[in-house]
Amino acid sequence: MNVWIAIGLTVVGCYAVKLAGLLVPAGALERPVVRRLAALLPVALLAALTAQQTFSSGQALVVDARAAGLAAAGLALLLRAPFLVVVAAAVVVTAGVRALGG
Amino acid sequence: MVKEAVSDGAAVGRPRAAVVRDALGVGVAVGLSGFAFGVTAAGSGISTLQACALSLLVFTGASQFALVGALAAGGNPFTAAAGAFFLGTRNAFYGLRLSQLLRLPRALRPLAAHWVIDETTAVALAQPDRRSARLGFAVTGLSLYVLWNLTTLLGALGAEAIGDTQAWGLDAAGPAVFLALLAPMLTTSTERAVAVLALVLGLGFLPLLPAGVPVLIAALAAPAVLWAKGRRS
Repeated sequence: MNVWIAIGLTVVGCYAVKLAGLLVPAGALERPVVRRLAALLPVALLAALTAQQTFSSGQALVVDARAAGLAAAGLALLLRAPFLVVVAAAVVVTAGVRALGG
Repeated sequence: MVKEAVSDGAAVGRPRAAVVRDALGVGVAVGLSGFAFGVTAAGSGISTLQACALSLLVFTGASQFALVGALAAGGNPFTAAAGAFFLGTRNAFYGLRLSQLLRLPRALRPLAAHWVIDETTAVALAQPDRRSARLGFAVTGLSLYVLWNLTTLLGALGAEAIGDTQAWGLDAAGPAVFLALLAPMLTTSTERAVAVLALVLGLGFLPLLPAGVPVLIAALAAPAVLWAKGRRS
């Protein structure tokens, strides 16, 4: 049930911001500080989410096979690999390290 | 979702075929990433039906990944949805640009709003005139929406079928997606400072606060860095 509540809230919230952009008069959201904040919020959230999902197990900080997988993804990004190759690199390396007992 | 560089360079009155080709290129490439979402959702303990509902009704990738990640970590529905919502706020700014560019009839706007995401905006903004922009927006939106939903279903069913998703390393798909989304955003020292501060806050508060809350605290890195920069200049 909790999951459906979260899904419902996300559906409504995400659709509302999309629609707001199309409907509000230009200028209402055009203040430079608002624009800067909207550009920086995803950066902060994505950085925190990347770190948490790589280095946590529940509420504990851990370093495990996922760290190797993320390093592989980072390398793939530096080599300008396509999106799906980046994700696949992380998955394959993580599975490989686990298979080797890492 | 992924920011695609859309090649432009054509003069006014671009041939429709060229617009469609660009739009399909982006739509297909990114639409296939729904597979990664389906797999991640299943690995997070989200049902196939719930994963498909998210792709059908939320349709903004980073928010979807954030939500299932937060739920998997044991976050309550409100903090999980708040993180997803904040990631979606950038779409409002895309809408602002698009409403001037596309000049859609009022009746069409509620429908078009669902397709206002990174990729459709990138393709539409790359076009030299309104007709091409409308065509690019529509073709990118339709192809991406159809594929994203199909591949979400396939990914979720596939991950369910193989059972132990951790043994297959599928729990690394989520963070890899976030990293791939984040990397192109780190263009200036401001963005990098925000990322580093958010990382420290996100990991630092993780052992101390309930799941989902540290991510929201990490979001404060954005106003904090802006404020610090404002004071220095």
